[in-house]
Amino acid sequence: MVRFLNVNKDYGKLSVIHQLDFDVAEGEMVTIIGPSGSGKTTVLRILMTLEPISGGVIYVNGKPLTHMAKAGVLVPADERHFRQMRSSIGMCFQHFNLFPHMTALQNCMEGPVQVLGLAKKEARERSEELLTMVGMIDKKDQHPSRLSGGQQQRVAIARALAMRPKVMLFDEVTSALDPEVIGEVTNVIRKLVAEHNLTMLMVTHQMGFARDISDRVCFFYGGKIEEEGSPHDLFENPQRDRTRQFLSAVKEAY
Amino acid sequence: MKLDWHWDFAFEVLPRLLWATVNTLTAAGAGYAIALVLGLILALAQRTNWRALTVIVRECVEFIRSTPLVLQVFFVFYVGPQFGINLSPWTSGLAAIGIHYSAYLSEVYRSGIDAVPRGQWEACRALNLPLRKKYLRIILPQALVPAVPGMGNYLVGIFKDTPILSVIGVAELMQMANTIGSENYRFLEPFTLVALIFLFISLPAAGLVKLFERRLRLAMGL
Ligand SMILES: Nc1ncnc2c1ncn2[C@@H]1O[C@H](COP(=O)(O)OP(=O)(O)OP(=O)(O)O)[C@@H](O)[C@H]1O
Ligand SMILES: [Mg+2]
Repeated sequence: MVRFLNVNKDYGKLSVIHQLDFDVAEGEMVTIIGPSGSGKTTVLRILMTLEPISGGVIYVNGKPLTHMAKAGVLVPADERHFRQMRSSIGMCFQHFNLFPHMTALQNCMEGPVQVLGLAKKEARERSEELLTMVGMIDKKDQHPSRLSGGQQQRVAIARALAMRPKVMLFDEVTSALDPEVIGEVTNVIRKLVAEHNLTMLMVTHQMGFARDISDRVCFFYGGKIEEEGSPHDLFENPQRDRTRQFLSAVKEAY
Repeated sequence: MKLDWHWDFAFEVLPRLLWATVNTLTAAGAGYAIALVLGLILALAQRTNWRALTVIVRECVEFIRSTPLVLQVFFVFYVGPQFGINLSPWTSGLAAIGIHYSAYLSEVYRSGIDAVPRGQWEACRALNLPLRKKYLRIILPQALVPAVPGMGNYLVGIFKDTPILSVIGVAELMQMANTIGSENYRFLEPFTLVALIFLFISLPAAGLVKLFERRLRLAMGL
């Protein structure tokens, strides 16, 4: 479903992603863990086309993400191609990024109405269904400023899902939350994994959650995948020194 | 020195001054409307990917802001005809004052737009909102609310600058007071009344702008 081929990302002289090869199968839940600055967020931002890449090719659903085929060769994509590719990808951010001047319901309806061109009624039904799924239907007419962090994040998940993406990206969606509300967000994600056949890519610092929920865990280090495997293998029997060091450091911190 | 204030004269000229006040308010309102729209265009033009346009607009705004309004008024009115642009005093005055203040308002808009958090732009992209809807529905509503106090200041500013239009003969308040003074050889009453009229309009305007901002924030749930 998602394939990185020899992808590089530089910020000036700083190489953040280095010759990354990375695959995510359809319906797979992959978590990315790793130390701060290892490029985890960057991978998601590249996929969401929030950042251009410096080299390599990314395929989403068999089509190149940042390039398009023209007369048999790949050329940099134009905005139309980006828009088309983006329509299959959704993202939730660490700081929610809800639209503050809209209610929870309006936030969810914005994309379906303005981008997908759904009728208001249909968009409302879809949004209400999703708000019910994330347990926020009774707060649908509240503005984000009246909601707690956990509630805002759940609305943000509903907003992203309302676009019916095939791939969902979660970037540390619980990092900005108070410990007591983390569960309400992780439970929504658990539900998504259990009930939907979404392809998901999640960056998290919650090792327990990553272990419960993932089909595969990737340990990033210095812009590359240092080690990957099933949650059981990676957490119980890490092969690389850096993985072991990281896991024991995290264990101490929590 | 004894203050030689004539109440009867003051009351006699008041209606003419009030009548001219309508002109002043019209000039301020129309000039402000031009500035609001043109300012937004200037602000948005500086956010395009087209470097040349951005630089040109930037320089024009700088130029307008660093030359006196009265010069711009003269320029439009007296130099315009040399380029085949013949405008009445009213039209020249409104154009000049509108363009002048659009430069200032574009800066207010610009800082408002810059203040919209990066996460909002990214959310727009993640939702795939097209450019026009991104600005109209997400960015500008958030940019304009914090810009309201700055916009309000320029509303009062443009109102207080309308007397400059008297230099090209627009029959606004100042021009009228001057005419009345010259006719009667008495300037104290008309000019004092002009000052009071400006005061009575400016002061509540500032308060109303504050109230409007608060209402707007509430209405938008910010
Ligand atoms: N816009 C930018 N300009 C320059 N450098 C950047 C930019 N964004 C990220 N970086 C750098 O890229 C590297 C990887 O950043 P990234 O945000 O992907 O790390 P991360 O693994 O998500 O870390 P964290 O766990 O702290 O979120 C870091 O060294 C960061 O300083
Ligand atoms: Mg990060």
